Amino acid sequence: MPATRNEAIVPEVAPPSPSVTATRTSVAPSADGPTVRLLSPSGAFAPSAAAEEYLPYLDRLTEADHRRFYRDMVVVRTFDIEAANLQRQGQLALWVPSHGQEAAQVGSAYATRPQDHVFPSYREHVVGMIRGLDVVDILRMLRGVTLGGWKPEEHGNFHLYTLVLAAQTLHSTGYAMGMTLDGSTGTGNPETDQAVIVYYGDGASSQGDANEALVFASSYQTPQVFFMQNNHWAISVPVSRQSRSPLYLRASGFGMPGVQVDGNDVLASFAVTAKAMDDARAGHGPSLIEALTYRVGAHTTADDPTKYRDPAELAYWVARDPIERFRAYLKGRGVEQEFLDSVDEEAKDFASDTRRRALEIVGPDTSVIFDNVYAEPHPLVAEQKAWLGRYEASFEGGQK
Amino acid sequence: MTPTSTTGTSAAGTSAADTAASAAANLPMTKALNAGLRQAMLNDPKVILMGEDIGPLGGVFRVTEGLIKEFGDKRVLDTPLAESGIIGTAIGLAMRGFRPVCEIQFDGFVFPGFDQITSQLARMRNRHEGGLIMPVVIRIPYGGHIGSIEHHQESPEAYFAHTPGLRVVSPSNPHDAYWMMQQAIASNDPVIFFEPKSRYWPKGEVVYAESGIDLHASRVVRVGSDVTVVGHGAMVSVLLQAAEIAATEGISLEVIDLRSISPIDFGPILASVEKTGRLVVAQEAAGFVSVGSEIAATVAERAYYSLEAPVLRVSGFDTPFPPAAVETHFLPSPDRVLEAVDRVLAY
Repeated sequence: MPATRNEAIVPEVAPPSPSVTATRTSVAPSADGPTVRLLSPSGAFAPSAAAEEYLPYLDRLTEADHRRFYRDMVVVRTFDIEAANLQRQGQLALWVPSHGQEAAQVGSAYATRPQDHVFPSYREHVVGMIRGLDVVDILRMLRGVTLGGWKPEEHGNFHLYTLVLAAQTLHSTGYAMGMTLDGSTGTGNPETDQAVIVYYGDGASSQGDANEALVFASSYQTPQVFFMQNNHWAISVPVSRQSRSPLYLRASGFGMPGVQVDGNDVLASFAVTAKAMDDARAGHGPSLIEALTYRVGAHTTADDPTKYRDPAELAYWVARDPIERFRAYLKGRGVEQEFLDSVDEEAKDFASDTRRRALEIVGPDTSVIFDNVYAEPHPLVAEQKAWLGRYEASFEGGQK
Repeated sequence: MTPTSTTGTSAAGTSAADTAASAAANLPMTKALNAGLRQAMLNDPKVILMGEDIGPLGGVFRVTEGLIKEFGDKRVLDTPLAESGIIGTAIGLAMRGFRPVCEIQFDGFVFPGFDQITSQLARMRNRHEGGLIMPVVIRIPYGGHIGSIEHHQESPEAYFAHTPGLRVVSPSNPHDAYWMMQQAIASNDPVIFFEPKSRYWPKGEVVYAESGIDLHASRVVRVGSDVTVVGHGAMVSVLLQAAEIAATEGISLEVIDLRSISPIDFGPILASVEKTGRLVVAQEAAGFVSVGSEIAATVAERAYYSLEAPVLRVSGFDTPFPPAAVETHFLPSPDRVLEAVDRVLAY
């Protein structure tokens, strides 16, 4: 294998240097590699050797599920582009694109059950959609009208975004410890047993909190899946700076199973997560999934990846686009063009509807500054709220 | 004796017997805290303890002694050695409906968990727009006078008092320790509970019938007329010693135990200053941007016309806590308090 920067991290799908791109882009996964993959980059059903034990999980998927996977990936990408436009037009303070990571997110989200709890990082928009969240609630946070945006218990137990990297890994582990302590998991009933999935990334994997969460999860054998999207870039820093060894291998050091999956393969992402969540609910403890994917866009709308990324690397990954791959697979299964066209229409409608509703978001009044800082009365905060009310009322017209 | 108590020999067993059998007991603060934790655990099955060495060892100060034996390892969690992990998982447990009480082994070891406290725990309810509560107590043994090594004698309370969303308290005596622990655990807000290490062992009367006072109330513990002196935690006993000495010199000090550092109950302080016209604030922590600074500023704003002299602070110096061999030169003593009293009386 050529010596490339990312070789040790992603031996099967590493982007080669530009000089070898032509010879590498058509190479299929090696038969004995560690990566679980079901679909080839061109969309052929070609399970890797590591995928063998996950094949039975595909039996759970109906034709409607396949179409739903495709539909959700297309809709969220169209929405994602529209949201970035909104930011460029000054309607959002920031946007955090998920372009390129749709398969890892859709596949893993469909492996959860209604009773499970989901702790996202801040880029898992489609996971929220699948759990029942209105994406406008995400935009409310990024438009600066709330620090949160939704009630997790009313939206599929999809918890709030956490902006301090990896902090949510500990919250999710504590939550999963609570499931064990209150007897809500590991009873043998898959309809009611609960588990937690937490999303984080290759950059966050370097945080102390991510590592402490893995320690606690292992010590208390939490019903939990650590779903790490290795999108290869932490803003401008490549994954090779975060780790000298493949990230999924870290799991064994913490005493739990670790698996590397082709995160641009929605079926493989579903299958490995379904097994891991099943094991977690059944009381077999935590596990770690490293989903190899790529942040096709910028880190956020404040970023400029052209300053630090090789265009050939981007081209390599665009050629492995998760949506193109799955569309080719569906076509091979005989899915009619009318369906694919209707999804495109639906996505456009969804994006324009979201734009309209984003522009209708109403800001909060100043009580949001003071309310809910404490659950119980607090004299200083109460005094300051009353003061601001009096002060602003003293201006002509009653409002500063 | 409660049905769950199996032995009268452990600390928990003894306090259980005391709780049921008598209206009051003479206990050191460690055992008063133990009894308070135990009572809170009996009152609410969602109360769980988390921390390093808090199980069979009973904590390095033995505050949790006997509790794992009585309540089991699902309610008393000996955790991995990771403060951010303890606090971060406590947040998740609180989301799940538990009321975790975390022990930080020493004051200087809280900082690995600082982000989880200030960026997560303190803000979680606010971020959720009131959709959840965060009933987490973080116990921190703090302060000097125990002759220990670096990171074992710190007074970091101002960092936490500066953080919106937290409540910060510190008992000065066993009775308050027993009741304030239960009140803190019953609070639906996160409470940072500073336990003054140098007051862990002196005994005091604990009245089991009632606390007699709110968690966040300050209290006049000695009535006087010439100068008001205010402090919290271990400093209260220093102030009382200073008042004894001053009395022999014909100077009458009114001593106020702050008890709560955030919020501060200014009512008794302002009332006292209106009477005495003079205020000295004492603390072990560095004086710059400190709890004492906040009290001085607020009294200047609200009792300006009552003041006969500037408000003075008696603090630890603005240096790292020194080697224990010279700690008595660093920590405010009764003499240092009286030196400040003399200065405010000179106006």
